[in-house]
Amino acid sequence: MTTVAVKPATMAQALTRAMRDAMAADPSVHVMGEDVGTLGGVFRITDGLAKEFGEDRCTDTPLAEAGILGTAVGMAMYGMRPVVEMQFDAFAYPAFEQLLSHVAKTRNRTRGKMPLPLTIRVPYGGGIGGVEHHSDSSEAYYMATPGLHVVTPATVADAYGLLRASIASDDPVVFLEPKRLYWSKDSWNPDDPTSVEPIGRAVVRRSGRSATLITYGPSVPVCMEAAEAARAEGWDLEVVDLRSLVPFDDETVCASVRRTGRAVVVHESGGFGGPGGEIAARVTERCFHHLEAPVLRVAGFDLPYPPPMLERHHLPGVDRILDAVGRLQWEAES
Amino acid sequence: MTVMEQRGAYRPTPPPAWQPRTDPAPLLPDAEPYRVLGTEAAAGADPELLRRLHAELVKGRRYNAQATALTKQGRLAVYPSSTGQEACEVAAALVLEQQDWLFPSYRDTLAVVARGVDPVEALTLLRGDWHTGYDPHEHRVAPLSTPLATQLPHAVGLAHAARLKGDDVVALAMVGDGGTSEGDFHEALNFAAVWQAPVVFLVQNNGFAISVPLAKQTAAPSLAHKAVGYGMPGRLVDGNDAVAVHEVLADAVRHARAGGGPTLVEAITYRVEAHTNADDATRYRGDSEVETWKRHDPIALLERELTGRGLLDDDAVETARRDAEAMAADLRARMNQDPALDPMELFAHVYAEPTPQLLEQREQLRAELAAGDEPEGAQR
Repeated sequence: MTTVAVKPATMAQALTRAMRDAMAADPSVHVMGEDVGTLGGVFRITDGLAKEFGEDRCTDTPLAEAGILGTAVGMAMYGMRPVVEMQFDAFAYPAFEQLLSHVAKTRNRTRGKMPLPLTIRVPYGGGIGGVEHHSDSSEAYYMATPGLHVVTPATVADAYGLLRASIASDDPVVFLEPKRLYWSKDSWNPDDPTSVEPIGRAVVRRSGRSATLITYGPSVPVCMEAAEAARAEGWDLEVVDLRSLVPFDDETVCASVRRTGRAVVVHESGGFGGPGGEIAARVTERCFHHLEAPVLRVAGFDLPYPPPMLERHHLPGVDRILDAVGRLQWEAES
Repeated sequence: MTVMEQRGAYRPTPPPAWQPRTDPAPLLPDAEPYRVLGTEAAAGADPELLRRLHAELVKGRRYNAQATALTKQGRLAVYPSSTGQEACEVAAALVLEQQDWLFPSYRDTLAVVARGVDPVEALTLLRGDWHTGYDPHEHRVAPLSTPLATQLPHAVGLAHAARLKGDDVVALAMVGDGGTSEGDFHEALNFAAVWQAPVVFLVQNNGFAISVPLAKQTAAPSLAHKAVGYGMPGRLVDGNDAVAVHEVLADAVRHARAGGGPTLVEAITYRVEAHTNADDATRYRGDSEVETWKRHDPIALLERELTGRGLLDDDAVETARRDAEAMAADLRARMNQDPALDPMELFAHVYAEPTPQLLEQREQLRAELAAGDEPEGAQR
């Protein structure tokens, strides 16, 4: 622990600071989206940027996601680094053709001559009592698209570091912001240069010996809580925060699973066709002889995201995670 | 007093009087497509421009014929011909300055070539290769866009970015009549007008979106009329009159360069060939229609004017023909050589640095190639 004065900050503040610092450091960084200017975004993540840098650098666009992303592509073609805000997970879908057919492919189809250094910020996931179309876990769509990086922070420090890294990246990054963690607080020193992490590295949030919980974004704090609760059951759980879904850090994940011999993947996204299936397969392919039990998944149900009054039944919680841990064939050890 | 009258007595202060935000009248296209050839205006056309357009059109027609022939010889995977549309293709390239940008659709390789890109590079993608060939920055030509109208917002963003940087750059974006039905067409025009971006949208209305005629595509008075809804001028031009297209596009480019914002130009033309070599146009249109349009051929229209004014002698025709043949012979010769394809390069440009997963997969393919394996049933 350093002795530098660190103040509690929210993830929202860290994200704002990341964009502010990136804009100050590089005049080619432009923020654009719906309500990002005068209002500062519906979640206030772009608060103050238009005032500090002017509306040409933090621009309220017409309400049209394909147009926002499509024009951002053109700006990136001209050497700018657009940071696009999609207002909500499910409102990003109109931009999918631009994303899949151009953002993800332009570097490749121009043989590297036309990279598109742009960041697409998407508030995602549930748990905030949002009405329909405001709580989707859309990460599997992005993960299935070669050419995109898919990054999601779970801590205040990572929100800053990973967003800075995403804006600095010469590749397009879909930056998924767990909206229910926007107001989570942590002691965080924004002036610590080590806080900018490279994209593509997972981190062990909690060391343990019994089993590994593999998770990311909004489910990380839930897994940390589950790991604490598991101590009463005699389980010492390790928690791996992926931070980046693409590129995927097989190395960190598999090193952990080889140590513990058991793994549960936890995410809000639906299980069928969700990230957990890919992760479980990768772990099984690479760690088969170290596994004491099949890799299990705790995911959202395969439902359209439920209404606010019922979402607590859908979201993976501590009990459901502990139930899964309990099914990791411990009887073989006794 | 009735209830309604009582309510009227309590009517709140009305809002300020409504007024249109822009006077729509100057934005409206002319009732008829603008024409120069065959009219009195033709006498004022610059002889140099007429000769240049003629030479480029002749070359363009030969390019289309050669590319179509290459599909029959298996040297091009597919070719969407712009035969009959050469006036639009050529004029789009000629009106731009060196620093400007062209945003072509898949049917616009002729415009790309007219802008200075090597035809072999312009046809790379249609050859069946994995990339778009030319370096977009070299001639400031965006990569060919296959998904309809998706290149239009790119043009708007690029032009907007250039203006923010204080650069003198105009973007000209090309799209077909079918593409105007896409959402990206609408969003691009809206963004361009709101931002007053220096963009010119050229719609080549060639009558068909593959098989679907314009009547099934839109109920608008004309495609140019759509401009008015966005607050930009719409211009209607005879797309087979190279001089008229050149003049209307040059005006729009000048307007954009001067800070006047975007223009939508609809050029009325006709797709003489099928959609591509893989299409059969006889299933949806008759020969007589095609023949009618062939009598309104862009090269014939121009030659009539040039000959009438004594600007085109046999020597000039022969020179244009010889230049076109030389281009076609060179294209043929180089397209008949197999391109150097390295399957390993498929992994090189997906990201700036390949992901660990791509590195693993690249090694798998490398091992397969080293073992001499050819994928079973794979097309060569």
